[in-house]
Amino acid sequence: MATNTPETTEEGRRPGLIPRLANGNVELWANLIVLVWVIAFVLWQGVGFAITIGTVFAIWAILAVSLNLVIGFTGLLSVAHIGFFGIGAYSVAILTSKTDYSLLRTEGIPTYELPFFAALPVGIALAGLTALVVGVVFNRFRDDVFVLVSFGFAIISFNLFLNARAITRGAFGIHDVARPVIGTRVLDGELEFLVMALVCLALVSALAWFIVTSSFGRVLTAIREDEQAASVFGYQVTHYKLAIWVISAMMAAVAGGLFSSWTSFIDPNSFILLESILLVSIVILGGLATIWGSLLGAMTFVLLEEGMRFIPFLPDVYVGQARQVVLGVMLVLLMLFRPQGLLGRYRL
Amino acid sequence: MTQVPARDAEHYALGTVGVSKNFGGVQALHRLSISIPKGQITCVIGPNGSGKSTLINILSGVLPMDSGMVIVDGVGLRTVHPYETPDLGITRTFQDVRLFNQISVMDNIMVVLTERKLWPSLFQRSKSEHRQRAEQVLRDVGMWDKRDAMAEDLSYGQRKLLEMARAMALDVNIYLFDEPFAGLFPQMLVRVKDILKQLRAREKSILFISHNMEIVRELSDHLIVMDSGELLVEGDVDEVLAKQEVIEAYLGA
Repeated sequence: MATNTPETTEEGRRPGLIPRLANGNVELWANLIVLVWVIAFVLWQGVGFAITIGTVFAIWAILAVSLNLVIGFTGLLSVAHIGFFGIGAYSVAILTSKTDYSLLRTEGIPTYELPFFAALPVGIALAGLTALVVGVVFNRFRDDVFVLVSFGFAIISFNLFLNARAITRGAFGIHDVARPVIGTRVLDGELEFLVMALVCLALVSALAWFIVTSSFGRVLTAIREDEQAASVFGYQVTHYKLAIWVISAMMAAVAGGLFSSWTSFIDPNSFILLESILLVSIVILGGLATIWGSLLGAMTFVLLEEGMRFIPFLPDVYVGQARQVVLGVMLVLLMLFRPQGLLGRYRL
Repeated sequence: MTQVPARDAEHYALGTVGVSKNFGGVQALHRLSISIPKGQITCVIGPNGSGKSTLINILSGVLPMDSGMVIVDGVGLRTVHPYETPDLGITRTFQDVRLFNQISVMDNIMVVLTERKLWPSLFQRSKSEHRQRAEQVLRDVGMWDKRDAMAEDLSYGQRKLLEMARAMALDVNIYLFDEPFAGLFPQMLVRVKDILKQLRAREKSILFISHNMEIVRELSDHLIVMDSGELLVEGDVDEVLAKQEVIEAYLGA
């Protein structure tokens, strides 16, 4: 059992400062290792690659932070978030793309040619609205049944992206999703986009931090621990659950908008259930009910994913599968030895 | 059946009129009418399954009643929502100690003190008045030095005390304690007894469930005896305990 106060673990003997702090302190070790890993990666692969990794990290981290509000702080184990991520991504793609698909001899979709910053709020609002509607129904469930219904939502949203061909072009996907424009400056450079993604991540994390450190946040943890007891003390728990669910879905849509603008092409394959499960793994890996943990979890995941490309004996085609295996094994080990995750404040 | 002046708002803090509750085919409460006098300690006794906990669950809105009315301060209510109970001046503890396990002892208390409305609660940080109140409550039950511990890491007795402290953090008029003395070490028993007496001294109305006749005799002013979801007898504690039917049905002596 790790302890947060290592100086009290051993009486009498006083080892050096660093060993004393690090002795059994999983949190410190996790932070140190990831930090060293990041620095090593940047030195080894160069800044260009670091920029790419940084952007992927920012997008996953926004998702992880948003999902942690629901899983870690409120205790609702949701695998639905990939759907909200997809709503954000598709909204931005559909509203900004101006490709004339008749040249490709496939069915066209309506084009709106909105700028990124006009399309993103629409996506966020749409995700929020969807979350509100499904949340009213989902509020009736908790624990394992909640997992199942959120599972249902993830599957339905994927099928919607795949089959609503008149607006999503189904499996063909949408090309030429616009990059953000600030003033007259188009953020088409990788570094510029990274900065913007990190700004979004900072805003989302700040909002999440604001929420969890408020009285509202404390009520969420109480609801997680005992919904009925929380209600006896005067809280309309369904309203609280609905509010955080909607906020979290809107944050996931921000990540979706960034993702589709960054890759400039999206198809339904990015929004399969597996991605949602990877996301849940990131949240658990980093730690439940801690925002810093979600950032760390996302970083670990991205480093793991990208790092595997450089394992010499692993052919490129297996990289995707290998990261899933590694993540799966890590998840099992975590549940066995550290169920609250690396920095967690809560066990499932 | 004993006739109870349940609507007498001047003397009674809380009561029920003809409350029934069924679980599937099992009748937990059958047209139960009881009253809880103001500023006194009322005890509910009865064999297992006689509906004592169901009564507290209905009074606190945790279970909806099938029929009947709950009377709070002379006002009849056909439905009681759990989130309304603090406003009605009611709070409770649970038989199977239900704390907010994976948060700190301090936060367990803080959570019942802070803003109830959703939007304002988002902008509320913990205020010093809340922290002072929480400190006072925790000191009262002697758990201030445990404030940073996780609630789940406490011993059973401490958990029980914390649950009572959490209820007492709410300054309401009516306290419902579901078996506050069950499974407690003798020293702890004294402490919980003191808590009940202190509440009475502050003119609060208390309802508690117990199986310990010694404690019932010592503490309660008013006694309600239930059997199979029905009221057997209710009234002043000495009078009730002297009745032949109570002795036969419950005390078995």
